[in-house]
Amino acid sequence: MKSSSVPTTSPAASPAASSPSPPSVTPPGRLRRLAPLLALLVAVVLPWSTLRLPGLFEGPLNSPGTLQLLAVCLVFAGLALGYDLLFGRAGLLSFGHALYVAAGAYGVDILVSHYGWRLWPTVAVTVLAAAVLAALLGAVALRTSGIAFSMVTLAFAQVGHIVINRDPGGLTGGEEGLPLSSAGLPAMFTGVVNTVNLYWLALAFLTVVVVTVHTIDRAPLGRTLTGLRDDERRIAVLGLSPYRLKLLAFVLAGTLAGLGGATYALVVGGASPHIASSELTLSLIVMAVLGGAGTRWGAVVGGFLYAYLDQRLARLGGSLPGPFGEPLFVLGTLFILAVYFAPGGLASLSSRLEPLRRALRPRPAPDAI
Amino acid sequence: MSTVVLLALTGLGLAALYFLIASGLSLVFGLAGVLNFAHGLFLSVGAYAAWTVSESWGAIPAILLGVAVAATTGALVELVLIRPLYTRHTEQVLVTVGLSLAGVALLQSVWGADARVFPRPAWASSVVNIAGAQVPADRFLLIGAAVLVLLGLLAFLRFTRYGLVIRAGVENRDMVSALGIDVRNAFTLVFAIGGALAGLAGILAGMYFSSISPGQGASLLIFAFIVVVIGGLGSVTGAFAAAVAVGLLQQFVNYYGTAGAGDVSVVALLAAVLLLRPAGLAGKAAPA
Amino acid sequence: MILKINNLSVRLGGSHILQGVAFDVAETGVTALLGRNGVGKTTTLRAVLGEVPATGEVLFDGRPALGRATHRLVRDGLGYVPEDRCVFAGLTVAENLRLAVRVPSPDFDLVFDLFPELRKRAGQRAGTLSGGQQQMVAIARVLLNPNRLLLVDEPTKGLAPAVVTAVAAVLERIAARVPILLVEQNLAVVRRLATDAVVLEAGRTAWRGRAADLLSDADATRSLLGVGTTAGRH
Repeated sequence: MKSSSVPTTSPAASPAASSPSPPSVTPPGRLRRLAPLLALLVAVVLPWSTLRLPGLFEGPLNSPGTLQLLAVCLVFAGLALGYDLLFGRAGLLSFGHALYVAAGAYGVDILVSHYGWRLWPTVAVTVLAAAVLAALLGAVALRTSGIAFSMVTLAFAQVGHIVINRDPGGLTGGEEGLPLSSAGLPAMFTGVVNTVNLYWLALAFLTVVVVTVHTIDRAPLGRTLTGLRDDERRIAVLGLSPYRLKLLAFVLAGTLAGLGGATYALVVGGASPHIASSELTLSLIVMAVLGGAGTRWGAVVGGFLYAYLDQRLARLGGSLPGPFGEPLFVLGTLFILAVYFAPGGLASLSSRLEPLRRALRPRPAPDAI
Repeated sequence: MSTVVLLALTGLGLAALYFLIASGLSLVFGLAGVLNFAHGLFLSVGAYAAWTVSESWGAIPAILLGVAVAATTGALVELVLIRPLYTRHTEQVLVTVGLSLAGVALLQSVWGADARVFPRPAWASSVVNIAGAQVPADRFLLIGAAVLVLLGLLAFLRFTRYGLVIRAGVENRDMVSALGIDVRNAFTLVFAIGGALAGLAGILAGMYFSSISPGQGASLLIFAFIVVVIGGLGSVTGAFAAAVAVGLLQQFVNYYGTAGAGDVSVVALLAAVLLLRPAGLAGKAAPA
Repeated sequence: MILKINNLSVRLGGSHILQGVAFDVAETGVTALLGRNGVGKTTTLRAVLGEVPATGEVLFDGRPALGRATHRLVRDGLGYVPEDRCVFAGLTVAENLRLAVRVPSPDFDLVFDLFPELRKRAGQRAGTLSGGQQQMVAIARVLLNPNRLLLVDEPTKGLAPAVVTAVAAVLERIAARVPILLVEQNLAVVRRLATDAVVLEAGRTAWRGRAADLLSDADATRSLLGVGTTAGRH
């Protein structure tokens, strides 16, 4: 099965897989198997459409503004799914994922803008560097578990945020961020008319993430990771090392984040300290949970919608009353509501009303054990 | 010598802020098992409430109002958002994450994203000469407040019925219920206490930095988290010791090392402590 | 009957731990809840207390208990002495006892009559006590308040033989005042205290009746409990 993006125009591409990883093929399973492929096709040819969707987008679909907005959405869809490899699959609540996104973005930005490297070798080196960084820090952080793991990853990422803000040696541009110098880029990625290539690049990134994560889901590794999330002892009994498996997941997720960061820097034309902040990690968590953590498409849908709303609300900001002009107010509130009323995220909404009933029951059942 | 004195007192002033935030955070985590990302919001709410009335009411009533508003916010968050998710800890953390994002945005929509000048009483701007160092008086205000809070908290935990329930609940919540005590009332109480102390920290931070902004709570919160983990989850004295260590380390290394090295060294300290003693200095085992 | 349990079921993390447990506890005497390790004895007690989610019917003192908060059941007179004591290690003995008090006139006379040692050790941290002393604290804090029924989970587990005898003697005195539902592996203790017995097997009630009838039937004892009648487990 090929993967795809999920443009807002084709809601059919978000099959509700409420059970974790293993795909359950329901009666209209044939259609569902083809839906992602169709969505990918639609996404690929979308830039040739001059369709106008007033309210959803400001210009026609093929206008640079719309394509840029969609490209950012696609990048975040990929970043969210990459994060969900850690959070939804392996059950690792990392608060420091932003560090690897920032490593990818700033790595490409610095090497291209300051040192004049060519783009493709730069991306390769940067992604490798993000993987090595994830391996080193993950090796330390995974010595702890639970809340302590969350805190250590948060603290490591905070160091990255601080260093980037301090602008060591004039490398990162400090609080202002570092615009990507177009001189070092291939012509296909420069200029407003080439926004469409950035869109396809973002789509390619999302495709890579989806294929990678879904391949892992179907491989023994995926089942082992979810087993680890549910009961670490059971995996240890099988003779597998939980530590090594978790580190593998951590490095894979870090690598995908690095690739995503590099794509992001190209799409928005630079890097700013915000992508290294804990707020970025928090929003990745929000995306995964909103969409449905641990499901096949949940994080993709969540990431796409989050990024879309974030950008649209920011643009509409002035015209909305009071706090509704603040994207984070709307998104944070939506998120809280989702945690209460749709614990499985959007992916579970269509098939389950049970959580709502449970949430409304006067006294929630106490936790197991 | 005078530089060392100034750095030490400034570091202790910072430590006082960390302690005020971390002590409530630590009690909330220790008792209710909630890693509270919305704690920074309590801080900002208190600071803005005090800022709003400080011109017309004067400093002391403004501080009292800010603390009261922050305490009420804390209690309401527990009652409305946390309690329905009783014992579902991951969901509780997620709700506080959402609240921290939405709450800061809400403050921003009311008071704007830019920093506001926070008025400080004239005496807080004066300087005191200690061993040749010209030390701003606000440092003593911070340190004094933190020491008073420490003593007050310890006395509360040691000598009151609720303090007893909280200490027991940090050890074993279920067993407290099994003695016929409604431990959830204690949850509300620690959220209110945590909110009050965070509000106080927000007001004092406003005086210390001479300004407040909606995001101020979040940046202080990360160091407070580090203090909580180093000190041991649920331990007030542990949080105090860790706050002093973190504040001094940060201040001295930032001065004698390159810019930012102090912050990095604090994180290194956290990593070292966690690898050597995963439960933190005061040693209550961190629940997985 | 002070406690009536019918069709009690508990699922935890995908496994069906209790599958329709049913038995009654009489108004007087000791009812022993027996069975091999892992059959759900402790889970049964915790389900009655509302500490684990359960379905079925539990009537305590004639009122439905399932769905009620633990602390309310306890206030209605359901005393709980958990497995592994669960005393608060960081609190002193006096603080452990003071925490448990919830009536205006707690029965300290009874407690210090049963456990004179606790008076001497009032200022000591409970975490530094021996296992037997911790068991005394765990029982004492329940006895401070009036009870309609005590749930006592493996009170002699891990204790030295002399201490086991002492704990059994204390339980015998308490049983004269208030009924007890006792989970106990030591059959010598069961023989001494129990009037009725219930045996669980794989999450179901496998046997119930007079304790003496069970213990005098060597075959039944061996097949249900996996031990000979003369040997205790400890």
